[in-house]
Amino acid sequence: MLGAETVELTSGWFLENAWLVGLIPVIAFAIIIAFGKKLPMKGAEVGLASMAATLVIAVGGAIQWIQRTDAADGAGKEAGGLLQAFGRVLPQATEGEAKPFIDPVVTTWVWWQNSGLEFGIGSSIDGLSILLIALVAFISLLVQVFSVDYVRGDRRYTHFFAAITLFSGGMLIMLMAENMVQLILGWEIMGLCSFMLIGHWWEEDANSRAALKAFFTVRVGDVGLLVGTAIIFFGANQWAVDNLDSNGFNIAAIQAWALSGEANTQFLLWGAVALFIACIGKSGQFPLHTWLPDAMAGPTPVSSLLHSSTMVVAGVFLVAQIYPVFWEGFNIGTGGLSFIAIIGAITIVIAALLAFVQDDIKKVLAYSTVSQLGYMMLGLGTGAWLPAVFHIFTHAFFKCALFLCAGSVSHSGSHHSFDMKKDMGGLRKKMPITFAAWIVSTLALTGVFPFAGFWSKDEIIDNVGANSYTFLMWVGLGGAVLTAMYMTRATYLTFFGEPRGAAAGHGHDDAHAEEHEMEHISVGAPEPRSLGAAANAHADDHGDDHGDDHAGPHESGPLILVPIVILAFFAVFAGFANPTPLASRFGEGVELMKTYVEPRATPVVTEEFLASGGPGESASLVEYAVVPSAEEGEEGAKKSGCGFDAPEAGTVCFFPAVSHAEPKFSKILLSLGVVAVGYAVAIAFCVAFYGRRDKRLVGLTERHKVLRGGFLFLKNKYYLDALYENVIVRAVAHPIAKMAYWVNQNVLDATVNGVGVGTRKTGEWVYDNIDQKIVDGAVNGSGWAASEAGHAMQPTQSGKIGQYGALLFGAATVGAIVLVLVNVS
Amino acid sequence: MLAVNFLLLAAALFAIGVYGVIARRNAVMVLMSIELILNAVSLNLVAFSLMTGAIDGQVFALYVIAIAAAEVGVGLAMVLMIYRNRKTIALDELSEMKG
Amino acid sequence: MSAVILAADSVNVAQNVAFGIIAAIMIFAALNVVTTKNVVHAALWLVVVLSGIAAQYILAAAEFVAISQVLVYIGAVMVLFLFGIMLTRAQIGKESDLNNKGWALGIPVGVVLFALLAWVILDAFGEDTLPDRGPAPTVALSDQFLSIYLVPFLAISFVLLAAAIGAIVLARKD
Repeated sequence: MLGAETVELTSGWFLENAWLVGLIPVIAFAIIIAFGKKLPMKGAEVGLASMAATLVIAVGGAIQWIQRTDAADGAGKEAGGLLQAFGRVLPQATEGEAKPFIDPVVTTWVWWQNSGLEFGIGSSIDGLSILLIALVAFISLLVQVFSVDYVRGDRRYTHFFAAITLFSGGMLIMLMAENMVQLILGWEIMGLCSFMLIGHWWEEDANSRAALKAFFTVRVGDVGLLVGTAIIFFGANQWAVDNLDSNGFNIAAIQAWALSGEANTQFLLWGAVALFIACIGKSGQFPLHTWLPDAMAGPTPVSSLLHSSTMVVAGVFLVAQIYPVFWEGFNIGTGGLSFIAIIGAITIVIAALLAFVQDDIKKVLAYSTVSQLGYMMLGLGTGAWLPAVFHIFTHAFFKCALFLCAGSVSHSGSHHSFDMKKDMGGLRKKMPITFAAWIVSTLALTGVFPFAGFWSKDEIIDNVGANSYTFLMWVGLGGAVLTAMYMTRATYLTFFGEPRGAAAGHGHDDAHAEEHEMEHISVGAPEPRSLGAAANAHADDHGDDHGDDHAGPHESGPLILVPIVILAFFAVFAGFANPTPLASRFGEGVELMKTYVEPRATPVVTEEFLASGGPGESASLVEYAVVPSAEEGEEGAKKSGCGFDAPEAGTVCFFPAVSHAEPKFSKILLSLGVVAVGYAVAIAFCVAFYGRRDKRLVGLTERHKVLRGGFLFLKNKYYLDALYENVIVRAVAHPIAKMAYWVNQNVLDATVNGVGVGTRKTGEWVYDNIDQKIVDGAVNGSGWAASEAGHAMQPTQSGKIGQYGALLFGAATVGAIVLVLVNVS
Repeated sequence: MLAVNFLLLAAALFAIGVYGVIARRNAVMVLMSIELILNAVSLNLVAFSLMTGAIDGQVFALYVIAIAAAEVGVGLAMVLMIYRNRKTIALDELSEMKG
Repeated sequence: MSAVILAADSVNVAQNVAFGIIAAIMIFAALNVVTTKNVVHAALWLVVVLSGIAAQYILAAAEFVAISQVLVYIGAVMVLFLFGIMLTRAQIGKESDLNNKGWALGIPVGVVLFALLAWVILDAFGEDTLPDRGPAPTVALSDQFLSIYLVPFLAISFVLLAAAIGAIVLARKD
């Protein structure tokens, strides 16, 4: 192929109308709220239909995005019938040249404007957003199918579907956001819906407290989002207006600004810090992760959706989407030890350790999610953008599958209990399909070849190491060991060993519902059991219309199993979307994510961008133009190009040139090895401890002082909740109240008193010296005059409105006359 | 047409409205007089809009119409309540405001 | 004053004549509104004034405002007034006591105010003529409403809503 050849960027109906994916769930929400109770399936069918429609559009958009990329790369010239030529002409990429930047497909309308700033609403579709949109739509659909059976008979069935549909809608609105304002809109819709869903059974005090905790903890982070958006706006706005005919809320403009080399580093740094605080809150990173496990108070489908593809991924998405800001703000490109990477690494370890002491199966998974989110943040913080995004993708499948398995177990196996120690065990024979799905997902989560997690998590660890963060790489490997161990423990307790409690077919024992979750267990507690049982007691409230509920553990029905099986299927094969280690063997073509999702770090000419009206224009498609990069690709000049050098005049970059690690066989063996060690140790321990009740191990945490201290430390979740509630809230709120009181009592009163005293002293002096002698007469005179005038005016204060009106207008007239005379003369 | 035509007409309506507010005893009549005043102002706005060619004057005239509708609604509701409590809407008998 | 009204040169006469006739009717009707002894008659005279205003809007090339005037004022506000009059059981016939005791105070205030305004207006715009414009397109009006005046537009929507609720709350019997 010749370099002079050109291709046209293509677009298509699905890409241009991707904004529908945000609109459909919102409309569905309104329909369910308004008419849901009268519909035959009580609103569930509307939610399902909306998610199915969204999925169709998302998949169509994804296919067209792939065709668009192929066309631009010259690979798939004979584009399909759905595509239309899209005007813009690109120079044909040739071998050895950097691949062109693929413009997002932007469709926006002006939503509102204020003093010349136009705020658009609509969709801006690039590889990252269409990937996650399709993912969210897919997972949401499966979760809703699961919910049809799982939540059946609930007293707020219709509201559940309304809220969960809007929840997905909020995430979709955020994913397709073209500017920060729309992103915040979606972000907040999700926050609100998570509150509604976590507190779905709000009659239980624990649930409404968990909902409030989730809401307020995330709100703490949301302050960061608002502050960060404002900082970035003030930093980027002028540049965006000058160069891109855009404004400081436009995400593409923010990306370009951050990489332009003209951005103020202080704005970038503090904007990145503030935005990352928002991500800490939303994505449950240390130290604001405490809301996530409590959010298990919601119904299981909510936990599953919240933990796999929505809500917690929002923070990761925010970092991935405006990555240039973080790249430049934290100097990720030059190997700076970034805030993101540190927080991510801390989160991996502390959350994995916490997962060991949970008896509630959902809480194990919750801490596992927190830990996996730490991996994503670690990847983003060290420049491993692609593996982190890929990990979002794979993690969504297996984590969702795990949560749905947990839901299936509690639904059909343990009589709505989530307590692994009391009500589970030995379920593998009773629930073979659930068990198989669980095992597959667990292997995927722990990163065993060839399951999905292997391809993404090992990529993160590999890239972290390749970007010379050796210590963080070992942290990641350690996290992988811990993951293998706590998942083994959970698997063993749930599916192996002797059946206990409800799993053994015993009638449901309500006693455990009385044991309330203790935030701080007493020091002498022998074997803390049933912690968190109160959080699960809600499960008793619903679903009791199943006739077979008391028939002991059995496999769940098809509506529950089908989504689980589909997800388990993806948990096995999703990793083959981007099998980097295979790339050396089968060519780069197998790395689908790298080709289609990662934005190309190629400079783009701004002139055509301006000629086409720039972003935010009414319903026009933004077109960019690409210049073939002067630099060689990633191989030759590794530390140059976008993100390292300022782009040439007249061009802008939208994405930094992230590096990709070369997969090495030794590294793969290393990570597989540590996982194997983790499994071996954990299985041995589980058999000894839970199976044979080995004397040397049982009660070790009571006998051994150090171990007991560590155990209690974990059991109390590092005392972070105690810190927040008892120390910070008291330390902040009480002193403020006290100080305000003190200021009131002492400063203000003293001031008033002092002023009073001073005035009195002055007054006395004045009285003695001036008043009596000089003014008195005058005052008496004026007092007399005022008194007389008052008497004279008394009739005007008649209380009669007519007279008041006359006086008002008369006075106004007189005033007007005076003004006119003054002005005229 | 001279610009002062509209302005003088508006001024006349305004003055008549002011007279009505002062002279009338019945609360409903006072409200009617206020309507006269508001309409005089709207007429001015439209006249100035015609004069300058900026359409903003008409926009504000429409705002005045909307405000007037709200004002009449609330005003008449208040009159109705006064009537219900005191069996009169003669404003000079409502002298609780006497100082 | 009629000399002033009709003295314009460079304009079409019909417009001036129409303006003069309507203005005369309006002022006569407005005076009746504030002087008649019958409340219902006052309301009907007010209809005349408001229709005249609408006619003047048309003369001033503001069609949409004129239509709104007719719809809102003559259609809605006047009905409200008539209801108000009936519900407060004002005498339908003559009422000798419609004016305040101090009604005469209004005459000097009104006259002085008018004199002042007339002087200022003539002083400022004495010779200005109005350009001959075509009717303002309603599209332009809506563009203004939905762009730069969007926030006031939303605000006034809330004001109307609040007024409607307030009126209901106030007028409710309980």
